[in-house]
Amino acid sequence: MTLAENIKPATGETILSVNNIEVIYNHVILVLKGVSLNVPRGAIVALLGANGAGKTTTLRAVSNLLRGQRGEVTKGNIEFNGEQVQSLTPNELVRRGCIQVMEGRHCFGHLTIEENLLTGAYTRQDGGAAVKDHLDLVYQYFPRLKERRKSQAGYTSGGEQQMCAIGRALMSKPSMILLDEPSMGLAPQLVEEIFDIVRDLNSQEGVSFLLAEQNTNIALKYATYGYILESGRVVMDGVAKELRENEDVKEFYLGVGGEGRKSFRDVKHYRRRKRWLA
Amino acid sequence: MELFNQIFVDPFVTMYELPDLLLQTLWEGFVSGTLYSLIALGFVLIFKASSVFNFAQGIMVVFAALTLVGLHELGVPAYLALLLTLGVMYLLAFSVERLVLRHMVNQPDIILFMTTIGLTFILIGAGELVFGGEPKAMITEELGLPTGSSDWDVFGGIVIFQHIDIAAAVIAFLLILGLAIFFNKTRIGRALRAVADDHQAALSVGISLNQIWVIVWFAAGIVALATGIMWAAKSDVSFALQVVALKALPVLVLGGFTSIPGAIVGGLIIGFSEKLFDLYWGVPILGGGTESWFAFIVALLFLLYRPEGLFGEKHIERI
Repeated sequence: MTLAENIKPATGETILSVNNIEVIYNHVILVLKGVSLNVPRGAIVALLGANGAGKTTTLRAVSNLLRGQRGEVTKGNIEFNGEQVQSLTPNELVRRGCIQVMEGRHCFGHLTIEENLLTGAYTRQDGGAAVKDHLDLVYQYFPRLKERRKSQAGYTSGGEQQMCAIGRALMSKPSMILLDEPSMGLAPQLVEEIFDIVRDLNSQEGVSFLLAEQNTNIALKYATYGYILESGRVVMDGVAKELRENEDVKEFYLGVGGEGRKSFRDVKHYRRRKRWLA
Repeated sequence: MELFNQIFVDPFVTMYELPDLLLQTLWEGFVSGTLYSLIALGFVLIFKASSVFNFAQGIMVVFAALTLVGLHELGVPAYLALLLTLGVMYLLAFSVERLVLRHMVNQPDIILFMTTIGLTFILIGAGELVFGGEPKAMITEELGLPTGSSDWDVFGGIVIFQHIDIAAAVIAFLLILGLAIFFNKTRIGRALRAVADDHQAALSVGISLNQIWVIVWFAAGIVALATGIMWAAKSDVSFALQVVALKALPVLVLGGFTSIPGAIVGGLIIGFSEKLFDLYWGVPILGGGTESWFAFIVALLFLLYRPEGLFGEKHIERI
């Protein structure tokens, strides 16, 4: 499958737009300094950057899981399906079709795989039969989970836990998944496997993805568009293919070429200034 | 040598010679054990879902019983009073969540613990204000609970079974069975266990912690009401009852703070052992009165050698 086939017929519609948000933790630590991004409906958008760049914080800001971490969005706004969502609870947002898969899997260790998946359907009102059908669908995408359905999630492998976490999110019938660092701690082969499933979910179920990744290489292979974050700002964005061919990206994130330059700060400002005033 | 006999020989001789007395003691231990289990169960429910050690669980038992009896005194029919009391317990759960827990998210556990101590005094105050402080008799008969007793001729003696004790055991059993089904088979129960495992992840899949907290506090309230009725039927409804609730502490140490089976088994162990110890060792050697502290000694021993309790949840760690 090529990248071009991956993109849904362009409707031009935006499912998620983040407008110039600023996030402060503990009232003092400024983490995001005006981040803006758009996710078109049916796209896979990658959010790239090093540790501490603000990827996870951006996702948490969207899913409203910041409050539990003593963070808050102090400026800007977030629109999901045209609705301002920054004052909603995570529960209300999941009901509207936007769900986060957290970094580090976070499966419910003492629950079985199947119970984990069923908790994903917590917010659904459409009855047990529909949930059961959906469970079968998730098992189709993740046959491995079906084999392990009776095992306690805490005793399954890292890859299985990642699948379980994604499957659990799917159970809520989302139109958009915020996927945080799915490759973390997994073997390259397994990472490919998981990204293949993400792509299938995107093309067949029409789920949009906002994907935070450190693994720039693989993320840009599967995404349609990418944003690069550095110290809480978007320093660059573009179509995935172009980003992959960009000299600076190659150098800083893909580990190709370069002689001594280590970050965008040392090179050009690109759109930083413009974003900052936007 | 005399002491040796008193500790290692005499008690067992007595047990052998008076088997009916042994049976009677075991039965009494069993009954108080089930009640300890129930109180501990209330603690475990709340601790699992919100990592709050609810010091107010003991007073909730008294408060529930007091509300029930108080309402009846005001002329409300017994069963209606029971329903209304359930309503009051729900209201309590709801207000605790709204007024306290919601604002205490992310605070250290010790702060939450202090909050529940505060809650204890609020409940004592409210109870006294509305229903008065003097002990009241439980409305056992009006609730259709059996009174009286049956004798069982056995081993050349008699064993007395109070009917209310039998009812207490049956109700405790049903309550535990109901909770087990609720936890393992229902959507909400699954969500409760999910919350106990990982708050953040539970939030991320759209489980509303606020809703869950109301539910567990209400469940703990129901358990408290059941315990209150049973316990008060054996004595009186009075604020002194909350001291009994402190017995749940050793039960929790024994069974583990996060385990429902642990609460049950722990309660039974404490129930049996304190009755047996008091009768066979306490009275002859120490002159009696050991029941009030024996459980805590057992708990202390457990803390030394098995701090996570018999059934404390083991951390699942992949290597």
